[in-house]
Amino acid sequence: MSVGSLRQRQSPLAGAGTQLQILESVPVPSFQEKLEGHGLSLQAAEIEILQVNVGKLCNQTCAHCHVDAGPDRREIMERPVFELCLGALDRIRIPKVDITGGAPELNPHFRWFVEQVRERGRHVIDRCNLTVLLLPSQAGLAEFLAQNKVEIICSLPYYQQRETDLQRGSGVFERSIEALRKLNHLGYGGDGSPLTLNLVYNPVGAYLPGAQKQVEADFRRTLLKKFNVSFNHLYAIANMPISRFLDFLIRSGNLEGYMERLVNAFNPAAVEGLMCRNTLSVGWDGRLYDCDFNQMLDLEVLPAYPAHIREFDYEKLRMRRIVTGRHCYGCTAGAGSSCGGSIVS
Amino acid sequence: MEHYYHRSDLLKFPEIGKESPELWNKFLDWYSSVFAEGALTEREKALIALAVAHTVQCPYCIDAYSQACLEKGSNLEQMTEAVHVAAAIRGGASLVHGVQMRNIVEKLQMS
Repeated sequence: MSVGSLRQRQSPLAGAGTQLQILESVPVPSFQEKLEGHGLSLQAAEIEILQVNVGKLCNQTCAHCHVDAGPDRREIMERPVFELCLGALDRIRIPKVDITGGAPELNPHFRWFVEQVRERGRHVIDRCNLTVLLLPSQAGLAEFLAQNKVEIICSLPYYQQRETDLQRGSGVFERSIEALRKLNHLGYGGDGSPLTLNLVYNPVGAYLPGAQKQVEADFRRTLLKKFNVSFNHLYAIANMPISRFLDFLIRSGNLEGYMERLVNAFNPAAVEGLMCRNTLSVGWDGRLYDCDFNQMLDLEVLPAYPAHIREFDYEKLRMRRIVTGRHCYGCTAGAGSSCGGSIVS
Repeated sequence: MEHYYHRSDLLKFPEIGKESPELWNKFLDWYSSVFAEGALTEREKALIALAVAHTVQCPYCIDAYSQACLEKGSNLEQMTEAVHVAAAIRGGASLVHGVQMRNIVEKLQMS
């Protein structure tokens, strides 16, 4: 099921306000009420990851995309904003820079930015859709990532063609396997190799991800046996009920059922490890958010804190209060979900 | 009431425990132990449950374990094979009773 972007389809859901209104109308308790019911609050800790969303341009139009990314999107980070990000890194030792999109590699400043961050001795993560590595315009990209020891976190929702293509578009599975083989050939995902290759598993529909350990074992066994592909770890991440996945939930009549599933599976033990607690998210235009999902819903950090990367102030941003909404149930269901997969075992 | 089975009734399942909470709690404890990872994985147990659900033709169980199988990482191909296992045993059980039929016919008919 390959779909155009909501923006391209002129869907009302292209607006963050409409998405928030729809989520507010679902008869489930607010996330804040749920937290308070368990005696919890959500406050950031030290910032360990600067997650930089370099734009919405992508060569794919996946059915579950929370960014509403696609080939038609033109919002990308420009060089001055990248420089502000580097300036923030120069002022404080945030150890990891997590580059996401869209397909972040399609940003013309991507390789320069990676080199700059590496020169500063920081760990770089590239959230890669795999097929971008095979584009003629991206010749040498996989080799570049290997040379710079960039950790690759790539999307592969299932170890079979049917499910993967349903979510990511026709032919994506075959090209993803080709890209994974290329990365393996460069040393990614091998035992003892310094080149880390992690996979992301998202359910292909309105259900929660399974136990990460079990799913990882299934992926490892099948990918090796059928395709001779290896990887380091698999992260099981729940689909957020926003953007194109929200569109799917509404069209398929699954919205209330999915939200009930998320709420019933609320796990208070997952709250402490939520990614918003150790991550600061930067938008393509430099605005600051608690996470990439809040970014897509235009939920900026609270007005009490610096709103733009040019105003970056570590002391003010650490320990900040986190902005929440009903979509946050997507990160606290079951074993919990973060950009690094399940939160509790 | 147009149908005996309503999806929303599945959520009322705990109401069965109102009149006999002790038995209900024992059932829940046992049930959760049965489906916990043991010699079989949770994924394998969910596939067995899906097959049995089709054998007992319980729509609530089919609903619950179709979702559970997906959440445990199974795919449609594996779930379809599980249903075929249920169907084969069910069909085979009918067919093997043909032996009883043959025994009776042999006893009654002149040979």
